Amino acid sequence: MAVEYSWPSKEKATQIGKRHTRLDGLEKSTGAAKYTYDINLKNQLIARALGCPHAHCKIKSIDTTAAQAVKGVVHIEPLRKVDDEIEWQGEMILVVAAESEAAAAEGCEKVKIEYEMLPSFTSEEDIAAAKAAKRTIKGGGKAVTVKEPGDDDDEDEFVTKEIERLLKEAAYTVDGYYGIDAITHSCLEPHGSTVEWQGNKLMVHLSTQNVSGTDEGFAKDLNITSDDVEVHCDFIGGGFGSKFAPDYWGIAAARISKATGRPVKFMLTRAQEQQLGGNRPSGYMKVKLGANKDGIITVWDSEHWGSAGAIPGGVSHTVVPYVFTPPNYRRLQTNLKTNTAQSRAWRAPNHPQASAMTQTAIDDLAAKMQANSLDVFLKNLGTDEKPLISGAKPSVYKAEIELAAKLMDWNAKWHPHGKGDKKGSIVEGLGMALHTWGGGANSSNCLLKIYPDGGVETTCGTQDLGVGTRTVLAVVLAETFGLTPDKIKVNIGSSRMPVSGPSGGSTTVGGICESHRRAGQDAFASIAELVGKKLGVDPTKLEAVGGRVQVIGDASKGVSWKEACTLIGMRPLEVNGSYKSGVDSPLSSKQVGGVQMAHVAIDRDTGIIKMRKFVAVQDIGLVVCRQQAESQVYGAVIMGIAAALFEQRITDPKTGSFVNAELSNYKLARLGDIGEVVVEFYEPESERSRGVIGIGEPPAISPIAAISNAVCNALGVRVPVVPLTPQRVLAALKAKA
Amino acid sequence: MTPSTNTPERSSRDVASRDTAGGFSRRAFLHGSGAVAAAATLQTSATAFAQAAGGGTSIVSGETTIELSVNGKTHSVKAEPRTTLLEVLRYQLDLTGAKPVCNDGSSGAATILVDGKPMQANTLFAIAMVGKQIETVESLAKDKVPAAFTACDAQQCGFCTPGFVVAVKAFLDKKPKATETEIREGLNGNICRCGTYVNIVQAAVKLVKGDA
Ligand code: FES
Repeated sequence: MAVEYSWPSKEKATQIGKRHTRLDGLEKSTGAAKYTYDINLKNQLIARALGCPHAHCKIKSIDTTAAQAVKGVVHIEPLRKVDDEIEWQGEMILVVAAESEAAAAEGCEKVKIEYEMLPSFTSEEDIAAAKAAKRTIKGGGKAVTVKEPGDDDDEDEFVTKEIERLLKEAAYTVDGYYGIDAITHSCLEPHGSTVEWQGNKLMVHLSTQNVSGTDEGFAKDLNITSDDVEVHCDFIGGGFGSKFAPDYWGIAAARISKATGRPVKFMLTRAQEQQLGGNRPSGYMKVKLGANKDGIITVWDSEHWGSAGAIPGGVSHTVVPYVFTPPNYRRLQTNLKTNTAQSRAWRAPNHPQASAMTQTAIDDLAAKMQANSLDVFLKNLGTDEKPLISGAKPSVYKAEIELAAKLMDWNAKWHPHGKGDKKGSIVEGLGMALHTWGGGANSSNCLLKIYPDGGVETTCGTQDLGVGTRTVLAVVLAETFGLTPDKIKVNIGSSRMPVSGPSGGSTTVGGICESHRRAGQDAFASIAELVGKKLGVDPTKLEAVGGRVQVIGDASKGVSWKEACTLIGMRPLEVNGSYKSGVDSPLSSKQVGGVQMAHVAIDRDTGIIKMRKFVAVQDIGLVVCRQQAESQVYGAVIMGIAAALFEQRITDPKTGSFVNAELSNYKLARLGDIGEVVVEFYEPESERSRGVIGIGEPPAISPIAAISNAVCNALGVRVPVVPLTPQRVLAALKAKA
Repeated sequence: MTPSTNTPERSSRDVASRDTAGGFSRRAFLHGSGAVAAAATLQTSATAFAQAAGGGTSIVSGETTIELSVNGKTHSVKAEPRTTLLEVLRYQLDLTGAKPVCNDGSSGAATILVDGKPMQANTLFAIAMVGKQIETVESLAKDKVPAAFTACDAQQCGFCTPGFVVAVKAFLDKKPKATETEIREGLNGNICRCGTYVNIVQAAVKLVKGDA
């Protein structure tokens, strides 16, 4: 009998959508949770890398004699050799393994290296300088016009003329410049591993968001097969898209362990984490847009550039302008090759930058019209029948805008750009932005065991990046079996477990809910069969509720869960749950929309911006664990506040040196910086019935544009590039005056 | 001119206004209380070191065995003058709650209590800790603070959480009646990259109210 997979209705659900305590919350809060950095293996060596101090150079000589003589230094593993060209600061040259952190660090200090300096380039915002230095590479683009070129027309020429014409005819135009600096992932637990060879088998404790997918990487580089590698990660101290691979330092750890016959712990230093552990490409854009008298954008013409490091890339033009799709547009992308480490995926790759560079232009249109930004955003949505956007439906955004406006008290607080009350030197303003993201379920497998004594255990090669994976799994199974989450045993965090996808793209919760609900429903069908036989009732008329398996709606006809499980027999019931990404399913879906609004206050004398209030409205389909889902949105918003106001990778234009690669200088948001944050899910039945959709990324997209727009609304001046540092605020005010 | 002085105090429940009390200070923006707190610990550490190692009595070099009182127990540990308390805790005592996140204490992740005062274990020399009462997050296993953090879901990846738990514990021990405004102004020595601040405020407020 085929099981029809489904979620219980809102009325019937006892666990799904409720507030739950994170199952491993106490472990994390008391220091009992062991992260990769915390795994201390007997007789382990501590490895530390020597990073290149220069952004661009050639190695002339390496002398490790003095390093080898340092007391406690056991092994030196070369990673680069003489004559190698180094293209970014921090790149590892060699690794010193020693008896203690201090000895390893001293070993690194004692290595003598001669470098030949080469010219470096890190001025990402300066496109003219980049062109002069031949550091630009075409990054693609696209042009679309309603009017088609004739057969004889040169297409490029036609588009240029057509765009000029449309801009000329437009009732309003905006000629803007916007940008966003590169930022770093700044995972609090740096990248790294603690490794040990057990015979020919490699045991790796890896700080990874890809438990099931990193064993191959180790195997390939070490000439063994994946079955000889176990990657283990119970807890990970932040990843945000930067921890998908073993990385060359993970391989180095394994090699050193092999060479010395001892376990090795090799974690990046803080500076290395900032330099190498991951960064998000910068983006700077020149744009002209035209709108009709109603403020509906008719034409968009933009050119943007930025850097993803020495291996060029950048913000994809495919998400420009962001969410909005005007009928006529031209977008060009130029990539810069800079002497900075290669960028890594960052929570919603491309989207935050695209939003920051383009939804600011839309707000400038409102400023130009002296119109309410909310109205301009609304008008440019179109209708469900004739959308002017991509991603979520216009009706969803409309409803969310209304909800957000109410929570923000937008209409009462609104004033045209630069026209608000001044209290001394303080001005206040409102801004908004909207976003979309896929978040479809990843592939996931699990092994579910139901024991004859009623115990329930699942094993799944997934990880907890911070979403509360264990809690989500327990809640799904508890709901399915009519139990409470504390009755479910969850095993995750090993590549030996059934393969589950990496945590990237907001795909984890969708994926693991798919595999577990499927396994759960299949298991329940088997148990219902047995109970049905015993009670003489139709097994399809049985439900699991309140610790019992009983006839639907009739508590008197049933048995306890424990009793039901005794019918399984001597051995546990084992069920595999499986879901393949992309397969249509009633349990999960994709593509969400969210609306965010910011209220800020700015001191015009000092340029300091303070968050007053932030509202995030988000649709995520079916909410599984309400409290953890809310936490995800809070966290995403706070990360966005940091990117909007504080965070930037600062490089010295002369030397290319990343000058603030320490947390004392790399400014992140702190507890006192965030103001009031309000999170609301948009979850009418039409959304709930779509099933589970990932939430990790979407709410991290809009904060930057929303805050920049609020600042513009307050000041009446656009501060073009984020982070909106006091210096930049003052410069923008000065430029206007 | 700083505008904050003429902004009236409002009720502590009025979250929207909480940052008006002192929020616009240029100094606060530039340094952040994290850096200030870190500087304070460094200084304390240096002073303690001077007292332990200096004072005209002896110069310590090489590895020595010292006794440290950690979580109410005396431990014999090995330390060089350069060995930090954090290294001893993590590698010799396997107390890994305090985390190595930064070099200068600016992240607050290695917050521990020394004679009841919050300090950063990575900025303290182990040999300077002889004779002091050291308490780590592990000693708070049954305390109300971790319970409140858990109830308010004040951890995502959780790597910052032990440091934050100790910071909140020390803060509320000193200010058991702290208002929400004071909580928001007084816990800026720690960084959470995942952004659990809203939940941490909730946890601290809950603890003040006594319903944790
Ligand atoms: S919970 Fe991840 S850094 Fe705070």
